[in-house]
Amino acid sequence: MDTPFRVDRRNFLRVTTIAGGGLMFGTYLDALRPVEALAQIPAADFMPNAFIRIAPDGIVTIVAKNPEIGQGVKTMLPMLIADELDVDWKNVRVQQGDLDTVSFQAQFAGGSTATPTNWLPMRRVGAAARAMLVAAASQTWGVPEGECTTASGVVFHRASGRSARYGELLAKAATVAAPELEKVTLKQPGDFRLIGTRVPGVDNHAIVTGKPLYGIDVTLPGMLYAVFEKAPVYAAKVAGANLEDIRRMWGVKHAFVVDGGTDLTGLLSGVAIVADTWWAAQTARQKLIVDWRDHPTSTQSSAGFAVQAAAFSKQGPQRSMRKDGDADAALGAAARTVSAEYFYPFIAHATLEPQNCTAHARDGKVEIWAPSQTPAGGRTLVARTLGIQESDVTVHLTRAGGGFGRRLNNDYMVEAAWIARQVGAPVKLLWSREDDMRHDFYRPAGWHYLTGGVDASGRLSAWKNHFVSFGEGERFAPSAGIGATEFPARFIPNFALDVSVMPLGIPTGALRAPGSNGIAFATQSFIDELAESAGKDPVEFRLELLSNAPIGDQPAPASGPQPVLFNAPRMKAVVAAVAEQSGWGKKSLPKGTGMGIAFHFSHRGYVAEVVQATVSVDGGVKVDKVWVACDIGNQIINPSNAENQVQGAVLDGLSEAFAQEITIEGGKAVQSNYNAFPLLRLKQTPPVEVHWVKSDLSPTGIGEPALPPAVPALCSAIFAATGKRIRSLPLSRHGFRTV
Amino acid sequence: MPTTFTVNGKRTTVDVPPDMPLLWVLRDVLDLKGTKYGCGIAQCSACTVHVKGVPTRSCRTPISRVAGADVTTIEGLSPDGSHPVQRAWEEVDVPQCGYCQAGQIMSAAALLAKNPKPTDADIDAAMNGHLCRCATYVRIREAIHRAADAPAANASTPGRSNAAGETNE
Repeated sequence: MDTPFRVDRRNFLRVTTIAGGGLMFGTYLDALRPVEALAQIPAADFMPNAFIRIAPDGIVTIVAKNPEIGQGVKTMLPMLIADELDVDWKNVRVQQGDLDTVSFQAQFAGGSTATPTNWLPMRRVGAAARAMLVAAASQTWGVPEGECTTASGVVFHRASGRSARYGELLAKAATVAAPELEKVTLKQPGDFRLIGTRVPGVDNHAIVTGKPLYGIDVTLPGMLYAVFEKAPVYAAKVAGANLEDIRRMWGVKHAFVVDGGTDLTGLLSGVAIVADTWWAAQTARQKLIVDWRDHPTSTQSSAGFAVQAAAFSKQGPQRSMRKDGDADAALGAAARTVSAEYFYPFIAHATLEPQNCTAHARDGKVEIWAPSQTPAGGRTLVARTLGIQESDVTVHLTRAGGGFGRRLNNDYMVEAAWIARQVGAPVKLLWSREDDMRHDFYRPAGWHYLTGGVDASGRLSAWKNHFVSFGEGERFAPSAGIGATEFPARFIPNFALDVSVMPLGIPTGALRAPGSNGIAFATQSFIDELAESAGKDPVEFRLELLSNAPIGDQPAPASGPQPVLFNAPRMKAVVAAVAEQSGWGKKSLPKGTGMGIAFHFSHRGYVAEVVQATVSVDGGVKVDKVWVACDIGNQIINPSNAENQVQGAVLDGLSEAFAQEITIEGGKAVQSNYNAFPLLRLKQTPPVEVHWVKSDLSPTGIGEPALPPAVPALCSAIFAATGKRIRSLPLSRHGFRTV
Repeated sequence: MPTTFTVNGKRTTVDVPPDMPLLWVLRDVLDLKGTKYGCGIAQCSACTVHVKGVPTRSCRTPISRVAGADVTTIEGLSPDGSHPVQRAWEEVDVPQCGYCQAGQIMSAAALLAKNPKPTDADIDAAMNGHLCRCATYVRIREAIHRAADAPAANASTPGRSNAAGETNE
């Protein structure tokens, strides 16, 4: 996710006239899409793969290319185009683009990347279209382009008092040479009219009126409904099943075994039941008896992993990931040392819309409707598994009822495609909630065995972390890794990051702020312990740590394009801001109430948070308030959505901390529904105050980086209120509950 | 077995097993997709509809239980999305993924129908059965107060950031 988007030098604006006198603007790679192919597109075609369509009546249709999973991208990307095009938002209609990586290039939702990778390219698309309309007006009027201005979809020539609506200029604009995207002039920030304003989500009206928007809502003529029973022990194979009994049940049309493979991200073995309603399929499933073959991972368990981790902690690590100075010597010389073990469990994504996909296979081709974060990856998986060409797989993107990283994988997509091909009719595969929670790609558990030392002046002088995780050899299991530059690396002169891994048969993957959502808990909590040992205020201790000259890698720039390396001055600014905002150290708190602070850098975002919590004698934790300071660059594109994302991420972090855990027993997930995997509810929700710290860098994403600090800030607040350190999650293990 | 009931003012007969949940009758038999499936065990309340005006978890309501009853779904809350709760949801820009919001709106509308000026505690009690995985709860509270046109202490400053108005407003 660290590779900046680069616009191909041959990336031009494509312009096509459409029936009724409209005009379309799209980008394309000329090397990939020959003129002949363009000529084959009928003039009256709807052309869904153009970014912009302008109709003679001035209505502008803008295509949103990325999957919308609740992060607001379907509103944000078109805002970038519309602002540079200089049209009024009320005249803009937004349309979800299908998967078309030739026209739209990258189409995915992940890594909080949509903002940094599209900030310039989308604006260029809008600006280029505007430039062509200006050129059309200037040629029509015989005046210099430089004397023409635009506003609200109108080109003006002030000196002569002439004006023309965009809709009147389309025929002429179609004859103007398209500019090279990288050379178009963009607005100065002070000229933005839409960027920086509160723009409600474009699907809001459809959402509040119950219109079909989501994958689960897709309906096709003649469509059947499928459930798919997979082995509770991941990748175990079907040995036999009572298929004849199932086929006789009400509404059931088909029941069959899918052989599947062994790749946890692909098509796995199971039994498909296809019926004329989903309820019929699901009801028949209650009578399904499957004989599963033995599988080697059926002996794995959370308890067993914990025993193995403890054993690793007493041995030398398998390998070193980073070594600065001499941590052992510095610990020997330290005025005080602290050792602690930190643990966080497996957790599920629990998107409210369970995994689902609708597929229709015919004539050797497959058409798919899917709520996927990586539709192109799904297309590849379907093509490979079904043995067809990618060009024979069409993918329509639907709105997704939450993503959080779950839908980066496309297991449900390949299952639907396989079942639909076998059945020969359109099929909607819908997982039950139990399927969804038992067959997730979990946030991996992790253990951090930490030792730190402070010198006589109270400064952090040594840090050792033996990180115990999952994987084999030098390879971590998905999302179970740690980076060698992960804070506090580079800011402590004597530092050692060591690793040991154990094999894992449980699927894992990215969960909102992957890696960071666990690592921040361990490191920020331990920094608090060291501050206490040093006799220093947690904010003061952190600011001192951030003031150390960083070791090694070049520090990130203070301005310019988005950096990927930790920049200490930016972090100090958000820490200072949140301390100020929350009244840190200036408030007299009642007994039982405490404040905790934490910060974390992830996805290019700098976020510091303060949690204030009141804890009752029986362990009830009332989060009184959360303050957040964020630096995601010089421009908050849509403040309404950005605040919503930050508030949601903070509350998501609190949910994870309080009571979420997936326990593995016998190689299977134990929890299967929300009664055993609680989310925060309205009554437990504190006010979350968001403050933006503007830096001189171009904007970056906000879907993820506000989550990680919430967890340690909450735990430190509980410590401040009760004197009890929280070194393992969830808090329910320690008798705390959210009230 | 045929069951007759009224959906959004329209008398409807369906021929399905008596234990088929109302949720799946609405979604897959009557093609009313606004009511959502989330958990199937009345834990998330995404499936909330009104049965005789009472917010009801349709995933745990057998169709036999609504025989003869009036059922209102999100599609029938107003003809055009103009119910005060729907308007408030749009004005406050509540949704993130939006999947839970139909259920949230149905409970909020039922709350306001019997308690036009709810306090925060009233809102907590009425809405606590609902999960929002994106955790838009701060705005749900604000939107209910807005729909009630009764600004409350907690709702007047729902954590609105300092970004708006700094650029060009």
